[in-house]
Amino acid sequence: MSVAPVELDEPVVEDVVIPDKPWVTIVWNDPVNLMSYVAFVLQKHFHYSREKATKLMLDVHEKGKAVVSSGTREEMERDVEAMHGYGLWATMQHDE
Amino acid sequence: MSLDDVDGRILTHILGEMLELLGPPESVEQDPLAAAVGIGTATKPPEDSALARLFPDGYTDDPEASADFRRYTEPGLRDGKREAARIALATLGEPGVKRVLTADEAEAWLRAINDTRLVLGERLGITEDWDEVVESLTDDDPRLPLFFVYDRLTYLQETLVQSLW
Repeated sequence: MSVAPVELDEPVVEDVVIPDKPWVTIVWNDPVNLMSYVAFVLQKHFHYSREKATKLMLDVHEKGKAVVSSGTREEMERDVEAMHGYGLWATMQHDE
Repeated sequence: MSLDDVDGRILTHILGEMLELLGPPESVEQDPLAAAVGIGTATKPPEDSALARLFPDGYTDDPEASADFRRYTEPGLRDGKREAARIALATLGEPGVKRVLTADEAEAWLRAINDTRLVLGERLGITEDWDEVVESLTDDDPRLPLFFVYDRLTYLQETLVQSLW
């Protein structure tokens, strides 16, 4: 009985590893949350500049919603939970 | 910050109601292990529309994922909102007497006041142009006092945000 080496096909490795990253957190407009408060929360939680936080807040106010962060599913769940803690209306979804 | 007597009474009343609305922590008897690690049993949004506004779905268009998300986050979020209301109540102070809040206390105030505004806003059906609605109400409309409270809370919150930002 020979113990000839078994030839195996090299496993095919994809050059590009796609991380589980295409998730986004969306903040939706609502008539109760103050514009100043929304911008304050975005700056505080995401450590955005005052300018960026204000711009995102204005997008929420004028367009009805804004993507405020993106990342892995777990990261977005943490962001959405934090937004709910502040009383902002936020949801997460796969990036389109 | 210093509150006048009316604001103090409004806040005492409404934060107490808030704690009642939030209810007691998840019962340990239902599932001791789950309660110990902060996992809830609710998988659907609360039936009360005000509570549903405080604890909305976590996923844009995925009820199943939202149900899981709710089980893992709602108990902790409820705890946080109860804690914010309790801190605000405990640091109300005497009317007219200036009180210095720590950064953590001030943030609890912001969260608590915002939560009460969300609940009142839901009850009153607040829209972007709610001040026009108020102007159209007659003097004996039962909603008028609630709109007044909402307006005061809005003013207090705006003042707090501006002082912290």
